[in-house]
Amino acid sequence: MPRFLRYLLPLALFLAMAALLYRGLSIDPRFVPSPLVGKPAPSFSLPQLENPQATVSNADFSGKVSLLNVWATWCVSCRAEHSVLMQLAATGAVPIYGLNYKDERPLALNWLQQFGDPYHVNAFDADGRVGINWGVYGTPETFLIDKRGVIRHKFTGPLTRDIVQRELLPLVQQLKAEQG
Amino acid sequence: MIPELGHFALILALCMALVLATVPLLGTYTRTQSWVALARPLAWAQFLFLALAFATLMHAFLVDDFSVLYVANHGNTQLPEIYKISAVWGAHEGSLLLWALILGGWTMAVSLFARNLPDEVLARVLAVMGMVSIGFLSFLLFTSNPFERVFPVPVEGGELNPLLQDPGLAIHPPMLYMGYVGMSVAFAFAIAALLGGRLDAAWARWSRPWTLVAWVFLTIGIVLGSWWAYAELGWGGWWFWDPVENASLMPWLAGTALVHSLAVTEKRGAFKRWTVLLALLGFSLSLLGTFLVRSGVLTSVHAFASDPERGLFILLFLLLVIGGSLLLYAVRAPGISRGGGFATVSRESLLLGNNVLLVLMTALVLIGTLAPLLYDAMGWGKISVGFPWFNSMLVTFMPLMVVLMGIGPLTRWKQQDPNELLRRLRLALALSVAAGIAAAVPLLGDNWSLGLALGLSVWLVSTLLTGLFLRLRGKGGLRALAADLSARGGRSYYGMWVAHLGVAFFILGITVATQFDIEKDQRMSPGQSFELAGYRLQFDGVVEAQGPNYAAQRGTIRVFRDSKQIAVLHPEKRVYQVQRKPMTEAGVDPGFMRDIYVSLGEPLPNGDWSLRLYYKPLVRWIWFGGLLIGAGGLLAASDPRYRLRHRRTASEGDALAAGGRA
Repeated sequence: MPRFLRYLLPLALFLAMAALLYRGLSIDPRFVPSPLVGKPAPSFSLPQLENPQATVSNADFSGKVSLLNVWATWCVSCRAEHSVLMQLAATGAVPIYGLNYKDERPLALNWLQQFGDPYHVNAFDADGRVGINWGVYGTPETFLIDKRGVIRHKFTGPLTRDIVQRELLPLVQQLKAEQG
Repeated sequence: MIPELGHFALILALCMALVLATVPLLGTYTRTQSWVALARPLAWAQFLFLALAFATLMHAFLVDDFSVLYVANHGNTQLPEIYKISAVWGAHEGSLLLWALILGGWTMAVSLFARNLPDEVLARVLAVMGMVSIGFLSFLLFTSNPFERVFPVPVEGGELNPLLQDPGLAIHPPMLYMGYVGMSVAFAFAIAALLGGRLDAAWARWSRPWTLVAWVFLTIGIVLGSWWAYAELGWGGWWFWDPVENASLMPWLAGTALVHSLAVTEKRGAFKRWTVLLALLGFSLSLLGTFLVRSGVLTSVHAFASDPERGLFILLFLLLVIGGSLLLYAVRAPGISRGGGFATVSRESLLLGNNVLLVLMTALVLIGTLAPLLYDAMGWGKISVGFPWFNSMLVTFMPLMVVLMGIGPLTRWKQQDPNELLRRLRLALALSVAAGIAAAVPLLGDNWSLGLALGLSVWLVSTLLTGLFLRLRGKGGLRALAADLSARGGRSYYGMWVAHLGVAFFILGITVATQFDIEKDQRMSPGQSFELAGYRLQFDGVVEAQGPNYAAQRGTIRVFRDSKQIAVLHPEKRVYQVQRKPMTEAGVDPGFMRDIYVSLGEPLPNGDWSLRLYYKPLVRWIWFGGLLIGAGGLLAASDPRYRLRHRRTASEGDALAAGGRA
């Protein structure tokens, strides 16, 4: 290597890194795509949390826009998210289905009694199999499902008032306007 | 009115920086003495205006002036006074202002304490610091003005992020910034030397104490941050390889390499190009850290507000500062003379080895930090780089470096007789191998990691003691220690001694704390006890408690040893009034040999709680080692020879200047 090129090496390395950083500015690192978005909701049939004799299945989602919220009593962020869900439920904008994930029934029922119940109905996924099919890797996660039962959006992490106002509700309006 | 004064002071500070960066520098080329002489008063004026701006922002927090947007977002009437003060640097705008203030402070310190530098060198150094200051001050004024007003004025403010409401975190950022920004002094000295074309031992001697002090601040800042994470995050961890942590570790590693390389340049005149490059690298990495933290390019537990526009500004600034300085290096480096030669077995070779390893580790941390971004940018998918990558890197290179660290101080400059060296190392080698094997073999310790760590620590300590013995033998034994400490060059040696001893503590602390810690997730009813590593932990239930600006659930755990109560711990779960964020406050019974660490999990029916109980042996040695490393740096920086030689070069410089005028 010619001598002067050797001294330009640090500069060249730095410029390459700067190019990478420039590219990085336009990428959102928090955006994790879900392979399920745009696909029909994975089929399942689970006992209800509230009533073990009755079941919930993905057939319940058809014909209307709905939310599926994955939660558990052992999940701290779910506790933080709960009041947001309560407010959302009070507006009646969209029915919220719950997927109670890897939990214990008495604990979950106690939670709903204590903090309020925003859910239309809850599916009880004790061993977490359905959660795995849905690609759940952390609670809370919230899926937005359209009238044809197709997953249209996934929110990872707790919903906040801000996310509900700015992202979720506009999306719900948009999906409601679509043909069934 | 007062916030506008602050805003105005900030603008004036930028004006000072603009003049400081240009006029004195031009003066050194046109040989206009009066222009060169402007550097000092400009540095003072800049600092004065920055201090004024900072004071007005602090005042706004203290009087809860919510008409200032930044105060409305991050201040609160309920906030305890100390957190009103630390809230000043609790978020983006204010922490940048602190950064600028500290840069101004370092600039002024150089102008005051380096009074004996030749005027031209001082003017160049201050001008380079002024250029950096221009970047930060325009960033503040044009994208992140902390004095922006809001109307209508809110009745109550948002709140300082509850995570940051901790005494450790009130002082952690200023310490860290002192280190980051302090690296700019070494940078400025290097640029000034490249500009002036004078890279010699005198240059190394001038920049060495400054570099050491900045590096000490960085060390202490990192130790404080680690300790805060341990006490506050409730996971019992003390380092997470988070991008923001890596951002502070990279300049530290580069700074460590620089401190060692400067020693070679000062003593032997060698490694000049390498030392200059390290000085540029250290500050470049500090700036890069700022970019990573402030631009939102990487995800991090340090959830700072991020903004792509600001990111673009910093990136342009990085391009100018780093790109410009590396270009200057490429132009000037071929002209730098080679220093004194050295044999294969010599202290120079060993320090070169240490430098290569440190730079390699810096590069690996950088790659690990940027890899998620690279994958994303290239469309290769999403990855996260975590503990396994960084830890395997550490385990590969640390032992090599420690072996070199043991040999280096016992080796002569220029050329060392290998047989003599082996004779000196014989005892230390035998001791450390024996200790390592004893801990590693199945019958005794049966733990390879412990064997390695113990071997390395014994190696460090025994080589250090050998060195001390050899040094003092000719001077009259331990009684000569005090005299040696005040002699020229003495404190450099003892500083190295203390810092390397800190590394021994650090290695043992890390290894034992990770290999032998016990972690239990336990459901406990009030009154119930649990045995943990020979301690009995009795859970006395959880009560509601009220803090100044939060409501807490406060647990009580009594710790017994041999049925004698030795500590009462109060882990808490707090919910802060404004942001409603749940926070964990661990209960810790600290000890030199072990910590008992308890944090509250979740409430369960019937007053039961899930508790996380940890027994962490030697975990304090990690921070104690870090503090020793810092103390060693301070000791070395206080060496009298920096002051003595300064005076001598000063008289030379003055004579030159006088000659120039005559």
